[in-house]
Amino acid sequence: MPKRSDIKSILVIGAGPIVIGQACEFDYSGTQACKVLKDEGYTVILINSNPATIMTDPETADHIYIEPITPDCVEKIIKKERPDAILSTVGGQTALNTVLSLHKRGTLKKYNIILLGANPNAIEKAENRHLFNKAMANIGLDVPKNDIVHNMAEAKKALEKIGLPAIIRPSFTLGGSGGGIANNEDEFYEIVKNGLNLSPNTEVLIDESILGWKEYEMEVIRDKNDNAIIVCSIENIDPMGTHTGDSITVAPALTLTDKEYQLMRNASIAVLREIGVETGGSNVQFATHPDTGRLVVIEMNPRVSRSSALASKATGYPIAKVATQLAIGYTLDEINNDFTQCTPASFEPSIDYIVCKIPRFAFEKFPNSKQTLSTQMKSVGETMAIGRSFKESLQKGLRSLETGLSGFDTPLIKELTQNTSLKDKQTLIKKALTNPCPDRILIIAEAMRHKISLKEIQEKTQYDAWYLEQIQELINEEAQLIEHGLPKDKPAFLKLKKQGFSDARLAKLTHQTEENVRKIRHSLNCHPVYKKVDTCAAEFEATSSYLYACYEGNALQNSVCESAPSNKQKIIILGSGPNRIGQGIEFDYACVHAAKAISEEGIESIMINCNPETVSTDYDTSDKLYFDPLTEEDVLEIILTEQKKGHLQGVIVHFGGQTPLKLSKALEKNNIPIIGTEPDKIDLAEDRKRFKDLLHSLDLKQPKNAICHKISDIKKTIKQLNYPVVIRPSNVLGGRAMEILHNDNELNRYLDMNTAFILDGPILIDKFLETAIEIDVDVLSDGTDVFIAGILEHIEEAGIHSGDSACCLPTYSLSKDLVKTIETYSIKLAKALNIKGLMNVQFAIQNNEIYVIEVNPRASRTVPFVAKATGNSIAKIACKLMIGKKLKDFSLKSPYPSHYCVKEVTIPFPRFERTDTCLGPEMKSTGESMGIDSSFEMAFYKAQEAVGNTIPIKGNILISVKDSEKERVLDAVNIFKDQGFSIYATQNTANFLNKHNIPTQHVYKIKEHAINVVTLIEQKKFSLILNISDAETQEDSYDLRRTAVMNQTSYTTTIRSFNAMAKSVKTMARLNNQYHVQSLDELDYKQHKQ
Amino acid sequence: MKTIDTFTSNSDHNAVLVLSTGSFFIGKGIGCLGKTEGELCFNTGITGYQETLTDPSYAEQLITFTFPHIGNVGTNPDDLEAKNVFCKGLIIREDITNPSNFRSHTHLNNWLITNKVIGISNIDTRALTTLIRKEGPKHACITSVEPGQKIDIKSIHSAIKNKGTLEGQELSQLVTCKKTYTWSEHSFQLGQDGYKTLKKSDLHIVAIDYGIKHNILRCLTDSGAKITVVPAATSATEILSYQPDGVFLSNGPGDPHETAKFSTPIIRELLDKHIPIFGICLGNQLLSIAAKLTTQKMTKGHRGANQPVQDLQSKKVQITSQNHGFCVSQTSVPENIEITHISLFDQSIEGIRFKDRPAFSVQFHPESSPGPHESRHLFEEFIKMIIRHKREKKHAKT
Repeated sequence: MPKRSDIKSILVIGAGPIVIGQACEFDYSGTQACKVLKDEGYTVILINSNPATIMTDPETADHIYIEPITPDCVEKIIKKERPDAILSTVGGQTALNTVLSLHKRGTLKKYNIILLGANPNAIEKAENRHLFNKAMANIGLDVPKNDIVHNMAEAKKALEKIGLPAIIRPSFTLGGSGGGIANNEDEFYEIVKNGLNLSPNTEVLIDESILGWKEYEMEVIRDKNDNAIIVCSIENIDPMGTHTGDSITVAPALTLTDKEYQLMRNASIAVLREIGVETGGSNVQFATHPDTGRLVVIEMNPRVSRSSALASKATGYPIAKVATQLAIGYTLDEINNDFTQCTPASFEPSIDYIVCKIPRFAFEKFPNSKQTLSTQMKSVGETMAIGRSFKESLQKGLRSLETGLSGFDTPLIKELTQNTSLKDKQTLIKKALTNPCPDRILIIAEAMRHKISLKEIQEKTQYDAWYLEQIQELINEEAQLIEHGLPKDKPAFLKLKKQGFSDARLAKLTHQTEENVRKIRHSLNCHPVYKKVDTCAAEFEATSSYLYACYEGNALQNSVCESAPSNKQKIIILGSGPNRIGQGIEFDYACVHAAKAISEEGIESIMINCNPETVSTDYDTSDKLYFDPLTEEDVLEIILTEQKKGHLQGVIVHFGGQTPLKLSKALEKNNIPIIGTEPDKIDLAEDRKRFKDLLHSLDLKQPKNAICHKISDIKKTIKQLNYPVVIRPSNVLGGRAMEILHNDNELNRYLDMNTAFILDGPILIDKFLETAIEIDVDVLSDGTDVFIAGILEHIEEAGIHSGDSACCLPTYSLSKDLVKTIETYSIKLAKALNIKGLMNVQFAIQNNEIYVIEVNPRASRTVPFVAKATGNSIAKIACKLMIGKKLKDFSLKSPYPSHYCVKEVTIPFPRFERTDTCLGPEMKSTGESMGIDSSFEMAFYKAQEAVGNTIPIKGNILISVKDSEKERVLDAVNIFKDQGFSIYATQNTANFLNKHNIPTQHVYKIKEHAINVVTLIEQKKFSLILNISDAETQEDSYDLRRTAVMNQTSYTTTIRSFNAMAKSVKTMARLNNQYHVQSLDELDYKQHKQ
Repeated sequence: MKTIDTFTSNSDHNAVLVLSTGSFFIGKGIGCLGKTEGELCFNTGITGYQETLTDPSYAEQLITFTFPHIGNVGTNPDDLEAKNVFCKGLIIREDITNPSNFRSHTHLNNWLITNKVIGISNIDTRALTTLIRKEGPKHACITSVEPGQKIDIKSIHSAIKNKGTLEGQELSQLVTCKKTYTWSEHSFQLGQDGYKTLKKSDLHIVAIDYGIKHNILRCLTDSGAKITVVPAATSATEILSYQPDGVFLSNGPGDPHETAKFSTPIIRELLDKHIPIFGICLGNQLLSIAAKLTTQKMTKGHRGANQPVQDLQSKKVQITSQNHGFCVSQTSVPENIEITHISLFDQSIEGIRFKDRPAFSVQFHPESSPGPHESRHLFEEFIKMIIRHKREKKHAKT
């Protein structure tokens, strides 16, 4: 059957900003979907508020709206574009929810829109627990036993039905508070009683506990002819109780017999049919009882998901692409398998390797939160590793994480030191084993080292024995290495490498340098080979170039390598590894552009990366893909292989953030050319002393600063600089332990809190520029000419990490002269650093003085935003400049467009309990949104709405501001007052505002009264909250901010942002509270005059 | 690297796989030590190694498992497809691990030893699979020795270099049952006491055992029939003496052309009597030959659980379990035969139906085990065909 001809235009809904649980896998799936639809000749309209995506690149769709993904906004686009259909299954939960509400409010019907992929009924059935359970019963599938009770008599009956242990949750309490797990009858009745009291509608949900059961996922695709296939099975090593996104997972499932696997397969397909997913991909989650094999269905997602992205990378089978083709009417047998060309997509991939996915966490950013994993996802990224055995795959995965692991390194265990006695150690380790935490697999290894029995480890962790034994074997090998040192013959060495031991780990275990181990390995002629991911376990010849490293064969024979390096000119791009806070999708975006640029120039582009969520690891983004860890060892081996034939021009390290940069020294040492700005210039910008000298020679200012080598020097140094200062340890990355200090009290507290870091190395202290405006500048240079690609003005004042502050392009409050000076300074810096490619400079402006904060001679986080704002594809251009093109070869648009673009960030505060929501010098955000409009105010409004911090147009506003800032809020509060808002404030602020003729009602602080700010926020009394506190009052007002976040009340903690909100409200009122939507192709970019 | 003629084995390298072409792979012995020969093939299934190893169709073959971890779930008394192991050996990538599965009884390695199976591990099975794909099926030999002993690759090679493939070999006689027996066991139900027994039935099917997989018998039982299993060469007269409502032609090993030499007259006689017939795999090939089609040796065969087959009438695709190295040729399809199924991997014939007889067959394995269950409806169709035929016969009489 050919594709549908009754539709001409299709609206694709993206997933919006990167948040925990919804990350760049939706850029991957969305980009694939758009590409398919465009290739099929449909007009593609796209909405996605996330500018850092490949999906929102001009060539991906015909009309791209970077607008808030809300039902209202989507309806505006529908009204304007009148699409024939909507594809809602590639934009995560955001897209599904949006479509569901469009359906409910009748928009789809009104505009006669066909829904492609999942229909509203299917979405509802999959999401609504009650309907889902009913559907499962219809097809004879088991779900965890469950009941809803309203009194103790019902509870008794429920207990008989469900048994123990049981999970008890009161209805409608925030975050499920008041619930718990009952292991015996007493506990059961106590928790139920308590829950009934707490629940506003005296209702308690009781579920059979399946904690500790084995967890599986099946990735299913179905077409309109009811052909269904399983793309991949995934087994969670972490048992039920840990969110699958936070679990280490393995593909394919390794501990199922065919009889059990086929049961799950049948059930998966039956679920799709019953839920009514007519075409497309879905994932179905199961739990099985480890001793009886009883199978229960946990949930299903009627759309592509994080797991489907993982399954696509794990097998090579492009789920999102195929799902989109099915959505427009094709059937599986009509679609070709890209890898073999000669076979159809209607088959089940067979793989001949093991895939491990390991999540990456960011608990260090939220130190007050307990490092315990639960059913709420907390990881911010993930890495995937491919190996020919589970051990090889797992150890590759561990070192791919870039958390300092080279394998099964020793984890930190609470209270455990070298001096602890063995018995106490065992006790502490056993205690640690029971807590599902990010390091659990390392603690398991540690338990094995301390002779804790497998049986006991299994009881405490409920990991399947198969995985534990594999880890045990690795730990046994390690013990051998510690005892006997490195093997001297190839067979033994190869045996170790086949189990995934990295050179770095071998070096650590045998007390020598990694370089030394590598030398020995090379002298034994022991190298990895590369095998293809081909969807078919070599049954057919694969034309693709999707490869992974493994050690193969034996010492007596040559092993077979499939990398087949070409005779061409080639360039390797190093990707950015797993997503983390501070290094996310923006860098993957840049790497994808680099690959495209290189291919466009007729050079073979070779990507190395290990993040399965990304577009960069799509098999057709680059000419060749190595899915491998970004470590010195792994990268150098790939380079050695590629150098065997053709000409490797060099390696690009400037696009993937810190990950590849850290490798540049090793590359230089091995005489591998680095393309673009020289590594020495990177060092020049990063070395504090050299950089200081450089600025001095260029006659540029920087905030006064100093380095302290002794704690005793710190106070003296601060005296010279004067408070406030920014303090941070030099050896800690990513803004960790970075703080602004205003007085000695704060300093003492800081020193107490961070002793560990401080003792470790020098401390850096900078004069903090109060109320300064921060500026980000992205610059392109070919080594001769310099182009200012974009100047971004931060909304928040200096002191907040640039990654966490909102910003605007073009600048919205600076004078022309200042902008001119910023340009001049940036050009000076670019020339001094001999930039070839991109450079990012951060300035701070205080009293019209411009200070240089830092310079990054590489692609920065702001690159995709600037590209979308100015219409210049700066990452791609930068890459071409790096390989020899000149700026004058490009037709550039002006970096000062007539529209305004505002970026705002999302921060995962709700997921991390006990975390203050104040912004600071340490970055915490996971993603960003962009608002575009003709005025700054409306662009700001849209950016806020897009991250869910919608600026209210009416209602009550709560203000609580520290004394020193009260004056500065007056204008804004007046605007809110004039717009009809009612003003509420805490005592001092209320007094102050009343004194300034702003009628303000007083609300109590928490300690003052039973009805206080917190209870009022919980009752949704306020539509907006402004809270500014200093270090002393911060603790006091913590609950206020926390409650605002947990109750989804819009809030801000900075004055500049509050002012911007006030202006937005005023402008919105002028527009009758309606804004316009505009696609990128409608924006009026001016040509840049050279 | 210079070529190796002999090497002294050690605990990690005490076995070698030598191909008739001279290619060889050094590895580690698993199962019994010794020497075994057969035709080399590969199977791409990820689960179900125990079912695969006990599938009689693998007689005289060495099975390469493309999935690297084999043995994870151990072995158990339920996942058997025959009482004995007929394959000649197995080739795997990784060491056999300790089993972890609630149904596991015995470590795979112990099970191999009990069943006297010789195998080799630590082989680059992907490189081997690529070799088979490119060069076609080859005769090969696994030799494993006590560590410390010498292995003479050259002499192993010279002993096998002139040996060919299974083309021209009749193997069903090797694996068929010696005596007629009846079968009444249902298919496996997890968590419900495993296998149940059929109570009573009005239908009677005779299954000709060319190397039948037990799960075929179980699926037939599930459809409600009582089954008599007869040896491969049982005469049509004897078969008819059991008064079957239908006859089933089983799967089995070897070159169908050779087996057909004795099976064709029997099948033709049954066809002439209008006995409803259903065949699977070798049964499909034998039915095809009886229908004057021919068969041919394939280059790499179809072995795995992910094979897409299209039902030409409904256009629906079924993911099937397959295991065959021969297929029915596309050339000169007789008038009275309809091609019902094709492989979407290589368009080869996967099923036929007689237009003028109640008979059909498929090349793939609807009984799966291992593999997807989605074509099990074919057993129902067979039963429906039998009932329809019975009714028609009754009408004809009255």
